[in-house]
Amino acid sequence: MSIPVVTVLGRMTLAFLASAGAITMFAGHAIRQVVRPPYYRRQILRQMLEIGYFSLPVVGLTAIFTGMVLALQSYTGFARFSAEAAIPNVVVVSLTRELGPVLAGLMVAGRVGAAMAAEIGTMRVTEQIDALTTLSTDPFKYLVGPRLIAGIVTLPILVLIADIIGVLGGYLVGVYKLDFNDTAYLRNTIDFLQFQDVFSGLVKAAVFGFLITLMGCYHGYNSKGGAQGVGMATTNAVVSASILILTFNYFITEAFFAR
Amino acid sequence: MTSPKISLHGVTKSFGAKKVLQGIDLDVAAGESVVVIGGSGTGKSVLLKCILGLMRPDTGAITIDGEESVDLSGDGRARIMRKFGMLFQGGALFDSLRVWENVAFGPIQSDGMAPAKARDIAIAKLGNVGLGPEIGELYPSELSGGMQKRVALARAIAREPEIIFFDEPTTGLDPIMADVINDLIVKCVSDLGATAVSITHDMASARKIGHRIAMLYDGKLIWQGPVADIDRSGNAHVDQFIHGRAEGPIQMQVRKL
Repeated sequence: MSIPVVTVLGRMTLAFLASAGAITMFAGHAIRQVVRPPYYRRQILRQMLEIGYFSLPVVGLTAIFTGMVLALQSYTGFARFSAEAAIPNVVVVSLTRELGPVLAGLMVAGRVGAAMAAEIGTMRVTEQIDALTTLSTDPFKYLVGPRLIAGIVTLPILVLIADIIGVLGGYLVGVYKLDFNDTAYLRNTIDFLQFQDVFSGLVKAAVFGFLITLMGCYHGYNSKGGAQGVGMATTNAVVSASILILTFNYFITEAFFAR
Repeated sequence: MTSPKISLHGVTKSFGAKKVLQGIDLDVAAGESVVVIGGSGTGKSVLLKCILGLMRPDTGAITIDGEESVDLSGDGRARIMRKFGMLFQGGALFDSLRVWENVAFGPIQSDGMAPAKARDIAIAKLGNVGLGPEIGELYPSELSGGMQKRVALARAIAREPEIIFFDEPTTGLDPIMADVINDLIVKCVSDLGATAVSITHDMASARKIGHRIAMLYDGKLIWQGPVADIDRSGNAHVDQFIHGRAEGPIQMQVRKL
């Protein structure tokens, strides 16, 4: 009985290592192609619009409700030991360090990562990627590179906007529901905030942008077998990007804040 | 004696235990049109992808204009690819781009041509395949199957390649549209003075677009010769295939009812 279990574990380990190796090689090749000309500026701009501009509504909504709930929950908790004054500080630090980048990352993974895997996967199964090669265009440069660049550049901007909207959500609940003084709320928020709080969140966002686009491109590029394969690539892109976001979030937090 | 435009020697390709190509030898002279025929799953597409560099053969040599191409990468590969044009079975048009942008893709993205000039060339190439300039503004999803094939042909010839590959050019088309596409292929290849390699199982198409036919069966080229000789090949496999008979030495992998 123990042998099949060991066999299954061994196979799973080998499959995991094979996937990790394949993704690493894909990422290495993609990065090498990104830094070399030609640069497809129009493609980069198109992807920045797709990832950044068109994600603004969903990320903005997520941020404002997160900020509002955070203020409300903090109030009910902190009121137990008369620490209500710390609410602006808790809201701004939680949002800039953790909730802004992680929630924006997860929302973008669901929206953009899935679309990216589906688009590139469809291009793969309809031979459009082969067509690119026959037209002397490197698919890594044309498809993968612009998406990676757009993800790395755009997500920090998106997170910065999400941070501001989230703080606004906390402000609205604090001032109009919990009767905080508006000037004092803003003063507390600004005074308590440190450069590193925002900076660490933006670094996380850039890493998450890379991971989301990498997973979308990798799973789309390697999809097989028609519609079912494209569907599987889409699911794998979202699941793997979400897991990687949560995993890397821990390690980046430790790199910035562990004592 | 001039060296062949395309030359394959001992090309093999396997996927796991399945041996798809088992030592292919084929020479194609400059300006010649060779059609590779064979049933579904015999490795015709794999053969084409190996020549194009989309797949790497396990063993064997492929030379283009005398230059070994299997191990080429970077600038060397780009130089070889510049000689190629390809018409894919399903068209493989970029569905996010308009028709004229599809046709002008190679000139703009790969040759660095100004979009305005490339657009004029795209409109001219669309005219060569019988499509008006107004079609250039549409997206591929707005076109019929036959029109998509024509646009794909226009894209394949847009950079005036020396060698054009046709992957099942008439599959999925009605007989009249298939004949229109065959005529266009003959005309375009002739106008360019290009070398052509086509794969098909449509014998009407093979007879019309080819100078020479080669039959692929069980991973090997079992017969090759001029189109005029195909009806007296003396090969039972070829006879069965060109007449579309269920009985013969070629056995389909199907269960008896």
